[in-house]
Amino acid sequence: MKRIYLDNAATTPVAKEVLEAMMPYFSEKFGNASSLHSFGRETRDAVENSREKISKKLNAKEHKIIFTSGGTEANNLALKGVAFANREKGKHIITTKIEHDCVLNACKWLEKKGFDVTYLNVDKEGFIDLNELENAIRNDTIIVSIMHANNEIGTIADLKVVGEICRAKGVYFHSDACQSFCKVPIDLKSFPVDLLTINAHKIYGPKGVGALVIGEGVKIDPLLHGGGHELGLRSGTENVPGIVGFAKAIDVIKEKDVEHMKRLRDMLIEGFSAIEESWLNGPKGDKRLCNNVNFTFRFIEGESLLLYLDSKGIAASTGSACSTRAVEPSHVLTAIGLTAADAHGSLRFSVGKENTEDEIKYVIDVVKESVESLRKISPLTKK
Amino acid sequence: MNEGIRYSKKIMDLFLHPKNVGELKDADGVGKVGSAVCGDIMVIYIKVAEQAGKKIIMDTKFRTFGCAAAIASSSMLTEMVKGKTLEEAEKLTWKDIEKALDGLPLVKTHCAVLAIDALKAAIKDYKQKLKGEKE
Repeated sequence: MKRIYLDNAATTPVAKEVLEAMMPYFSEKFGNASSLHSFGRETRDAVENSREKISKKLNAKEHKIIFTSGGTEANNLALKGVAFANREKGKHIITTKIEHDCVLNACKWLEKKGFDVTYLNVDKEGFIDLNELENAIRNDTIIVSIMHANNEIGTIADLKVVGEICRAKGVYFHSDACQSFCKVPIDLKSFPVDLLTINAHKIYGPKGVGALVIGEGVKIDPLLHGGGHELGLRSGTENVPGIVGFAKAIDVIKEKDVEHMKRLRDMLIEGFSAIEESWLNGPKGDKRLCNNVNFTFRFIEGESLLLYLDSKGIAASTGSACSTRAVEPSHVLTAIGLTAADAHGSLRFSVGKENTEDEIKYVIDVVKESVESLRKISPLTKK
Repeated sequence: MNEGIRYSKKIMDLFLHPKNVGELKDADGVGKVGSAVCGDIMVIYIKVAEQAGKKIIMDTKFRTFGCAAAIASSSMLTEMVKGKTLEEAEKLTWKDIEKALDGLPLVKTHCAVLAIDALKAAIKDYKQKLKGEKE
């Protein structure tokens, strides 16, 4: 059976050129980048060249690039690291209700440790209210964390505007840019962002590597203590092949790929819009991430639809997480105002640069049939 | 929470090709359980007839809003109770459904529990209606 992968927001395949760039750093150039001998020097050069390349991509000359094990670690480092290093300033943190679980759960943990967290509301398209943000900033606020592009509904926040508000109030601004990096332009010279999370495996790079980009003068403590790697902010022997692959991956998605993904995205949106009692979640047009489609198909449950599609070779994703008793509706979809039942009936399709128009046409047909079949089983379907 | 879910072939077959989907217009008992908030709603319909002094479930149908395990569990339940006496049907447990499905992932056992609850609700409904007729 032909398989169609529409879950590129979960992860992407490693691009051929990325894998080729990484290969020498497993068995041939294997030295510990902290060693003084020639084996160490060649991998140190590889790590520093990679850092330089990523720094240029972000126009982040003033920032430090701290390599981590991925987006989750970088987000944890940003929040916990800044919270603990700035306790004398205050204990207040601001974030939104639609962040990735690693940000929300890090915040919940910080609450247990005595910090106070405000979770900003979002409107029906997933945008925060800038006045609400401004009013939420207090004298004891230390950091604001707002993601760049939402992983479930593709809403793109305006980093420049949010950053300017934070800078004017003298609080740090962190943004999780795992979904947007290399798809939406990020210029740290003109965006007032103090901390930025990026990772490799959403941009055709390897899993297990990411980075926290940290502005000059930001006070932050490490999570991992050890040999003092990465300016003492992330101890542990550098993942050299991963870092080299990460730096190579930032060239994979070209402008034309972004345009191609937008076209496929809009084809899916148009095709699904013909299905009754169904709607797009998140904004349309330029404020939506180029590869994200999130649709509610009422009266059916997302996991069933996902597995129906899987039986036809199509890979999509639900925002729901299974718990022991039942299924929790997506926190993002409930935050934009969906009922639990409608949130359960939602699916995310995230296109990649290799998808074709023919694949998208096939997917639209199969989704239409599958929704119809499942609605025949559902007791919620209107007669 | 993040360990992923794997279904048996039997569950997938029954989920993709469920049996007894629909409603019984002249049902003798209807049982509806679950809620949209939890992500599962099951409705079971039963038709009961008396044969040689025993009450037998002659026909069953179901409608389910829920995951693959919920759809497969309700379909399996309707297969299992058809032709059984009410007494026999009342003895069924969620473990019987789990066994018939060649196992359920741990986080999905509540689907089999829900199917049994729906059956119990349908039988209760039937008994109440019967009582109503006699009175």
